[in-house]
Amino acid sequence: MAHVLTAIAVMAGMAGLLAVLIIVADAVLLNYGECAITINGEEPRVVQGGSSLLASLMAHDIFIPSACGGRGSCGLCKLKVLEGGGPLLPTEAPHLTKEEIAAGVRLSCQVRVRSDMAIEVPEEILSVREFTGRVSKIVELNYDTRLLRIELEEPAEMSFRAGQYVQIETPPYGKTAEPVYRAYSIATDPAETGAFELVIRRVPNGICTTYVFEIMKEGDPVTFNGPYGEFYLRDTDAEVLFIAGGSGISPIRAILRRMAREGSMRKATFFYGANERRDLYMVEEMRALEEKIANFRYVPALGRPAPDDGWDGETGLVTEVIDRHVPDASAMEAYLCGSPGMIDACVKLLRSKGLTEDRIFFDKFA
Amino acid sequence: MEIQNILVIFFAAAFTENILLARFLGMCSFLAVSRQVKTAVGLGTAVVFVLAFTAVLNVYVHRLLVHFELEYLRYVAFIIVIAAFVQFVEIVIERFSPVLYYALGIFLPLITVNCAVLGVSLFMLNKGGPGGYGPLEAFAYGAGSGVGWMLAIIAMAGIREKMERSRVPRGLEGPGIALIIAGIMALAFIGLAGVLQPA
Repeated sequence: MAHVLTAIAVMAGMAGLLAVLIIVADAVLLNYGECAITINGEEPRVVQGGSSLLASLMAHDIFIPSACGGRGSCGLCKLKVLEGGGPLLPTEAPHLTKEEIAAGVRLSCQVRVRSDMAIEVPEEILSVREFTGRVSKIVELNYDTRLLRIELEEPAEMSFRAGQYVQIETPPYGKTAEPVYRAYSIATDPAETGAFELVIRRVPNGICTTYVFEIMKEGDPVTFNGPYGEFYLRDTDAEVLFIAGGSGISPIRAILRRMAREGSMRKATFFYGANERRDLYMVEEMRALEEKIANFRYVPALGRPAPDDGWDGETGLVTEVIDRHVPDASAMEAYLCGSPGMIDACVKLLRSKGLTEDRIFFDKFA
Repeated sequence: MEIQNILVIFFAAAFTENILLARFLGMCSFLAVSRQVKTAVGLGTAVVFVLAFTAVLNVYVHRLLVHFELEYLRYVAFIIVIAAFVQFVEIVIERFSPVLYYALGIFLPLITVNCAVLGVSLFMLNKGGPGGYGPLEAFAYGAGSGVGWMLAIIAMAGIREKMERSRVPRGLEGPGIALIIAGIMALAFIGLAGVLQPA
């Protein structure tokens, strides 16, 4: 008996001692103290070293756009680092061109703040603000998509362009120990002040969407920052092609509502791709917009309609449907929003129909 | 003489009893990280460091176990020490060379399960006089094994870098040809067997 106890004591003592050693090493060696970050040559801001540049800036109310929440997969958080960035990391290289690397552009979610730094942040990003609001309505659009209506509280107004997005904060809960940010496009016209809507599609095991679908209730407070994005309708007279799948309808709905309000005469066609009838939503709203906007047509396309769907509209992949309806795209502008796979396929199709890259705008929902 | 014996132990571990090419331990990270000389040098240095110091630490751990008649727990105890030490090395590398840290990626913590590391700690118990090696001999044995492993992985990386433009039969690309090369290198090392006999 004594022998068993000795064995346990010795092993536990050894493991405990080693654990203490590692904790001490972590606290001493990975402690970078306070670092001063100089932005655009102004008064330096002091942050606690050790976190990523993205997180450190966010702690100082500077919100760099990030669709992937800091995982290094979206490439949106690029910033010019003049000093103190350290060597380029293998996780950043795939997202940067040779010119960008030569100019000192880095992915701020991968750069760790270990010493004093000097960086450049574009003006538009510095004017992004953090807002608090309240979820005033949750609407089930279909089996895996919800609409959130959010009323702005502080500040009470947000000025943005139809097509831009905000980053919603998911507070710590079961799936995450720290707040997590995810980007969602605003689905309402900027002229509707005081509140806006988001369309959120459930991602299996997603940190944010699980929170939205299982925990969020009407009346809950919500924190978010924005607006971000270069996805908005350009002010020309060219015919417009809107293409979307899944929750990609969101920014397009915002743009269409604005077109309806302004009485736009531009010719526009919206191709929306889904699998079965149960994937469709906002169909009545789109039909109503067909009446309100002078030259707008909504073309939903089902890839795999179920036998009892009773579907008599377009069938096939959205690329096939566009191919049938659009012979020549060279004089148009295209706005695409949805999964990267769908966007890549449609961009390829449109380019083969004569549409140049400078007139194709997209927002990839990765 | 003491110093001469230490040197013999070191060189024997590095060449005539090369832990990788003569004893065939530590093959997985050897095959996986040997594509570029740069990363091979980085990983090799980390392995030398881990092997040398865990060998010494484990001498004392073994003496502690013997004192409490717990020798049969040596496998568990050695692995705990190795795991903690590798974690410590990870922290040091992350602090002083983030580039190497990200380049090595998952292979840094994989040093823990590199059988060469546990192998060295266990082999040294059977060597030397009664009770195995003392700390100085263990350090020489560990460092020597590490250096031998590092030389093997750098040589392999050099060969594979040169082979980038060679026409390897499709079925043998990657690990296939790497194993054949390792086998040929091992054949060469058989010729060194028995040249150095540590006392």
